[in-house]
Amino acid sequence: MKLLAPLAVIVVAFGAATVLGQGNPLPPVSGYDFLTPENQALQDDDFANPGMLWVETGATLWAEPNAAGQSCASCHADGSMQGVDARYPEWDDKLGRVINLEQRINDERQTRLGLEPLEYESEALLGLTAYIGNQSKGLPVDVKIDGAAAASFERGREFFYARRGQLDLSCASCHEQHVGDHLRAEVISQGQTNGFPIYRVLWQTMGSTHRMFAWCNEAVRAEPYPLGSQEYVDLELFERWRSLGLKVETPALRR
Amino acid sequence: MTDRIHIPEISRRGVLAGFGAGLLLTAIPIPVRADQPLVDAAIKDLFGDVPRSDGNITVTLPPLAQTGNNVPIKVVVDSPMDGPQRPKRAVIIATLNPRALVGEMIWGPGAAKAEFSTNMRLSGTQDVLTIAELADGTLWQVQNRIMVTVGACDTLSIRY
Amino acid sequence: MPNTRIKVPKSAKAGDVVQVRAIIQHPMENGFRVDSQGTTIPVEIITDFVCSYDGQEVFRVKLAPGISANPYFEFFLTATKTGPVDFRWQDQDGTETTATAPLEVT
Repeated sequence: MKLLAPLAVIVVAFGAATVLGQGNPLPPVSGYDFLTPENQALQDDDFANPGMLWVETGATLWAEPNAAGQSCASCHADGSMQGVDARYPEWDDKLGRVINLEQRINDERQTRLGLEPLEYESEALLGLTAYIGNQSKGLPVDVKIDGAAAASFERGREFFYARRGQLDLSCASCHEQHVGDHLRAEVISQGQTNGFPIYRVLWQTMGSTHRMFAWCNEAVRAEPYPLGSQEYVDLELFERWRSLGLKVETPALRR
Repeated sequence: MTDRIHIPEISRRGVLAGFGAGLLLTAIPIPVRADQPLVDAAIKDLFGDVPRSDGNITVTLPPLAQTGNNVPIKVVVDSPMDGPQRPKRAVIIATLNPRALVGEMIWGPGAAKAEFSTNMRLSGTQDVLTIAELADGTLWQVQNRIMVTVGACDTLSIRY
Repeated sequence: MPNTRIKVPKSAKAGDVVQVRAIIQHPMENGFRVDSQGTTIPVEIITDFVCSYDGQEVFRVKLAPGISANPYFEFFLTATKTGPVDFRWQDQDGTETTATAPLEVT
């Protein structure tokens, strides 16, 4: 009996190291590779990619002054957001939790510019996230899951593997166990998030990661969490970790 | 040419309704699909009874569209841009969409060639009929078959 | 005014065939979409698009709801003389959106 305790510790430590240290059980494949050639061409077309319309909206908002004449551009020159989106979601010391890009934008707007927070899926917030994300296009996804972010990452991992909804499926049920298989007539992708916010052809508009999670939750007949909830931010962190090895593609086109 | 399997409308609707959007779709009426009489009426409205024939009109559509919301279409009418055979306009007709006529494209005097590209919506797997009218009234038509995985009309009532 | 993007080359030689592209941000509500309360969202589309250059129409479209959201068009004009290429979109209620790009012809 006495021997079992240290043995148990070793087993648990090995298990944790395997999960955290070994990396993704799946070599990451971008959603781009699951598109038809026409949709791939549309994503690659910097003019015709509808997501670029939102990038332009974001660029305009970036320079839009508040009542005191201050804007994002007052401190952050045009083009200075390179590499930022690749790091998100990340731990924020001031707020004491992991936050995503939308929450960072809203926090900055409130504290520095005195502006009201923007709602999820509003044209303005989609525009700003698309604009910032676009400046990381081509850069590798670079989120950190250690230190203060570890707890959030663990919760996100649990969410990904937990079954939910009337259909009793977890994210992994499709996006890990059946990648490449058909779900009726569609081919299942890995559900990566390296292209968000995406122009989703199904929605005919831009959508955020959280909207995607809510859609997926509804698809298995589970009640979605609110957009911006910590559950979804944790999941977003886990998802971005799964995308390590992929490049940011914002604004991506997805079916 | 691909053989297409005829799936009766009710069961195809049921199959598509089951994926994702199902809960709300069953409560809301699906738009009526255009069928031959409606397509004929649309064509008669535009061109009267002028006979249509094969001609130098080429339409490029992908063989498969993952989502019917955004299907790229390219129309090329190969005919001299001056003289009686100058292409005047082209119409795109989606034979099974709720509204058959998708768009009417008119080449003005400044057009260099009778060619255009755009994106259209398709409610499901169907034939797309493109008719070009030349200056002297001749009508050329071409029909393309396209498979659509998720139709545009099946995405109408999703909450997220 | 809805966001528009237009692409006209900066310059061309007289007689050249010039590719023109235009896209406008617009949902093109087809009148069948249903909101979360079950209410049908009414039709709201752009009905007309026209591109003119050198005092002539180049390309005109009468759009129906079957044209995708954020309508995109690509077409060709013949370069004749230096001047603006004008684009105009019109909503179903008559509201106009315009854009223009200069074309230098040598």
